[in-house]
Amino acid sequence: MNGQGGTLGRVLDLVPSSVMIGVFFVVPFVLILLTSFSVETETGDYALGFSLAHFERFATWFYIERALFSAGLCALIALLSLLIAFPFTYLLTRFGPRTQTLWLIYILAQLSLSEVLIAFSWQILLSRTGGVANILVWVGLAEKSFAMAPSAGAVLAALVYLAVPFSVLLLYPAISRMDKALTEASRTLGASPLRSFFTVVIPVTRPAIISSGVTIFVLTLGAIIVPQVLGKPEHWTLSVLITDQAIFNFNMPFASALAVVLLIISASVIFAVSKFGGGRRT
Amino acid sequence: MTLLRRLYLALFAIYLLGPIVVITAVSFNAKRFLAFPPRGFSFRWYAEIFVANDWFASLMNSLIIALCSASLSVLIAMPVAYSAWRFGLRYAKALFAFGVAPFILPPVIMALGFLLLYTSVGINGLMINVIIAHAIFLLALPLVTISLGLESVDRSLIEAGQTMGASGWVVFRTVILPIAAPFAFAGFAFAFVLSLNEYIIALMTVGFTVETLPVKIFNALRYGYTPVIASIAVVFLLVNITVFSLIARFSNLPRILGAQD
Repeated sequence: MNGQGGTLGRVLDLVPSSVMIGVFFVVPFVLILLTSFSVETETGDYALGFSLAHFERFATWFYIERALFSAGLCALIALLSLLIAFPFTYLLTRFGPRTQTLWLIYILAQLSLSEVLIAFSWQILLSRTGGVANILVWVGLAEKSFAMAPSAGAVLAALVYLAVPFSVLLLYPAISRMDKALTEASRTLGASPLRSFFTVVIPVTRPAIISSGVTIFVLTLGAIIVPQVLGKPEHWTLSVLITDQAIFNFNMPFASALAVVLLIISASVIFAVSKFGGGRRT
Repeated sequence: MTLLRRLYLALFAIYLLGPIVVITAVSFNAKRFLAFPPRGFSFRWYAEIFVANDWFASLMNSLIIALCSASLSVLIAMPVAYSAWRFGLRYAKALFAFGVAPFILPPVIMALGFLLLYTSVGINGLMINVIIAHAIFLLALPLVTISLGLESVDRSLIEAGQTMGASGWVVFRTVILPIAAPFAFAGFAFAFVLSLNEYIIALMTVGFTVETLPVKIFNALRYGYTPVIASIAVVFLLVNITVFSLIARFSNLPRILGAQD
């Protein structure tokens, strides 16, 4: 923290951080790009070069279908989690500061819980002996208990559960900064609470809704464990395939090519967020 | 409306808390097999975390990695956030943007990048690998919280200090640090909790040598039901709640999360 050293001193303070960010963020990205274009050597290893072979392998229906499935699943999850989280976030901002803080603590705690643990608890919940199925039998909706996972519905349910706390926190800044006079004015003019919710609150916070949706989309694209634990191989997303190629097939070039595809999907979607603007801060 | 609101809030709470309640109930199960409602009551699966050597070793790995990477993350973030705020350096702002980026992208991309980096230089499987990887991946958290804290420093106080002849370091220590410290702590705590729970980067950097708890849990999941996982989930949730309560206690949680003050 150099106060009087002039510009040189100010820049020197940044050297350690620059080295860390340069070596451990920029270099890994360059390595992914280089590896995705690498050529195969005679020993079966890979070497620097320029080949589109790995991207050609992606461009088959099997992998394109995986990419479309991932994008469709994540879009659906973004939509569902916003539908569930929006009314709650709105009500949350109307609570007193103490209740608000308590809810925020819990939501942060659940949001930080490892995806592994969320997958585990839904595995229990949807298993033959644990929970939901027993309740269905008990209320008479099912004759005998059955396992609900692995299935597409199980993947969807657990990923929405994972996304809801994030949605609350993403919507929270915009809704809590919304001018409360607006809703009061609409109420004074005779609108019912529900009506003012739909005609005032939602339009005013629309940029935040869109940018939160897109952020949730990118976030769920990164989910890795839920599709493996609660889904069948046909429910695996791009992230799972990348892990599978890198860790279990030792195919770094193809894993890198898939990562580049995932990067392009996420980056274009994040670019769309910045175009829409929106009320996101953190 | 009040009825509708209550009904909705009740359903939301059930949805959010339901899985947690089930996993808590299961963690007190006296039997080895999965049963809900639980059969019997026992603390044996909580004792197991500390008694079973392999689970305890993973717990210690996770704690050490989380502590070191959160500290390193704050150390990297501090000068960047400070220079961007104090001097408005364009270079610092660019670094800031680079520092936030890893957290926004799907983590598997960073994980693969780290794997390629470490294998290409031939340093594999050391704990320091995952510590650095987590510090970079979670850098966005201290960066954002520290700059939020710095924004609330009154610049006229700095000028007053300088006019009175205080050096840059004295101004930093006596004016800026006391205000920014709780926010730096918040950044540290966020990074600590997320590192503790992180799976894919830990797997790809050191998964086969230093087993962290999330990695060990996932490996155990493949071999069917293991009751210890339920008690670990409850412990982790309690740790998370404690850490975020501390943040709420020592700095302004709604403000950190973007509400107006």
